[in-house]
Amino acid sequence: MIKLTDIHKSYEMGSNKLHVLKGIDLDIHQGEFVSIMGSSGSGKSTLLNILGILDNYDQGSYHLGGKLISNMTEKKAAQLRNEMVGFVFQSFNLISFKNAMENVALPLYYKGVNRKKRNMIAMEYLDRLGLKPWAEHMPNEMSGGQKQRVAIARALISKPQIILADEPTGALDTSTSYEVMEILREINDAGITVIIVTHEHDIASMTQKIVRLKDGRIDEVILNGELADFRERYSKELQPV
Amino acid sequence: MFDIDKWQEILATIKKNKMRTFLTGFSVAWGIFMLMILLGSGNGLSNGVAKNFMGDAVNAMWIWSGETTIPYQGLKSGRPIRFHNDDYDVLQSLPGVETVSGRYFMGNTRYSYGKESGEYTTVTCHPELNDVDQNVMLEGRYINKVDIQEKRKVVVLGKDIREALFKDKPALGEYVKVNNVPFKVVGVCVEPESTRNRNAFMPVSTAQMIFNGSNRLHNFAITINGKTLEESQEIEENIRNTFSRKLRFDKTDDSALGMYNKLENYIQTMRIFQAIKIFIWIIGVGTLIAGIVGVSNIMLIVVKERTKEIGIRKAIGASPSSVIGLILLESILITTIAGYIGLVLGTGLMELINFMMVQSAGDVGAQQGDTLFLNPTVDFGVAVASTVLLIVAGTIAGYIPAKRAASIKPIVALRDE
Repeated sequence: MIKLTDIHKSYEMGSNKLHVLKGIDLDIHQGEFVSIMGSSGSGKSTLLNILGILDNYDQGSYHLGGKLISNMTEKKAAQLRNEMVGFVFQSFNLISFKNAMENVALPLYYKGVNRKKRNMIAMEYLDRLGLKPWAEHMPNEMSGGQKQRVAIARALISKPQIILADEPTGALDTSTSYEVMEILREINDAGITVIIVTHEHDIASMTQKIVRLKDGRIDEVILNGELADFRERYSKELQPV
Repeated sequence: MFDIDKWQEILATIKKNKMRTFLTGFSVAWGIFMLMILLGSGNGLSNGVAKNFMGDAVNAMWIWSGETTIPYQGLKSGRPIRFHNDDYDVLQSLPGVETVSGRYFMGNTRYSYGKESGEYTTVTCHPELNDVDQNVMLEGRYINKVDIQEKRKVVVLGKDIREALFKDKPALGEYVKVNNVPFKVVGVCVEPESTRNRNAFMPVSTAQMIFNGSNRLHNFAITINGKTLEESQEIEENIRNTFSRKLRFDKTDDSALGMYNKLENYIQTMRIFQAIKIFIWIIGVGTLIAGIVGVSNIMLIVVKERTKEIGIRKAIGASPSSVIGLILLESILITTIAGYIGLVLGTGLMELINFMMVQSAGDVGAQQGDTLFLNPTVDFGVAVASTVLLIVAGTIAGYIPAKRAASIKPIVALRDE
């Protein structure tokens, strides 16, 4: 599904060159639930941006669904994003002057679905996430958890194969965070690959595969048995007070 | 091509961002509004003055005689120069002269009808005088050639005389006594330039015969066919030379023969108005530029404000061109509607002023050109062109930042919270 081979990425910061990713090799298969962890500056957000075709890379190769993603025109990238990827952001990134339903329906607008139909589909998705009564509300009238659920509905509506979530729980309290993670898990159960970036161990421990980044390289990949240990270690911290 | 979905999206955006829409629209509407008022006022002023000139034929010339002040061919100065009927014929035969009317002045003359009477000025003339004066006939006709040939005792009264003597009674065909001689009223007229219509017109031949004028004429009113200032000055020169030879005075002697060339005057005044018009245009263009700067500024801010929205749209699959298209179509829609509103309000106001001026002047004002301000409206093509210019400027001003914003990586656009 996703195949990264020796990905390098650096940013020009004035005269300095900041080498953020120094050769990433990563395989993610259809239906996996992956978290990318790392301290700030480890390159995890950059990696996610490259995965989401929001950013390009300098070296190496990236195959998404068997297709090489490199040097695409903006138009082609936009189309691919629309078809393949759904985004969930830390700061929700809803359009402030559109109500919940319109926000959810927006990706379908770029797919060329007519207004009536896309609003109907949007209502369906809102209903699934328990937000039907809030469909007419504007983003600033909703709580953080509700906004994130709207954002998830928006990410799902174009039926993507991958959901990319950048710190999806970063702006939420613990119980809301767990609700959101529960939703993401359900999405994953439906067969969609979910990749989240987080620095919270408890959140990461809810996924099935943890990719740890350090200084632009993959430090370790935790899965299966090790993951169980990881969970045990961190779930102690999660004991309700 | 017409994508209803796109327009729905644009309309929804406009509806939800009323302040932004208002500001953009207002600067455009205001610019156009001011431009319309400015150009309208300029046009009104220049139309008004032009109309005042048009009261008389622009190509009119007046010639009158006086006393010599320079000795000539052994003749002393202080000798009166007099025109006679044969001078009329001479003048008529000169090249460039279209029509000639000789006039014999009678000063105050007593007009009476029944019990009513009054002193008025009598202008004795040839029918051609009306080519110069361009009086408007309210009733009947002007003096004609047959009147001159047969020395008919007919008179055309000014409107004020007719009202004083006849009140509501019909005047045409009635006989008024002019210095106790009965004259038949054949017409009533108003002079477009004047607020008073206290002149009466009668055939010069009749007047010479009845009021002891023998064959004398006091002055001439002529029209010439000189189109340019140079042509008309040449004709003027020719007339002066001819009379100088015939009536024997020095041709540089301005008091022996006075001439007033309307065209010369008209052209000079029109030059001043040309300058005023240019000045108004400069201010107008300045206003337009201020409007363009205003619109551009707002567009810059709008795009800046929408950078995040652009990022979101791109992240969920909008291509850069669709984002730019959305922003530009929105701005074009707003500026077009606002420009149209400004256009309607501006021209509407000028039309209202025009209407009120006509109303307050009443019927008399419509016929008499005592206004300095006339038809203060703007050429439709100019109005539309300036609106289009503003719209295009707004579009370009929006396009550049929109293109830049659309080319920013969505992740950068989304980063700043």
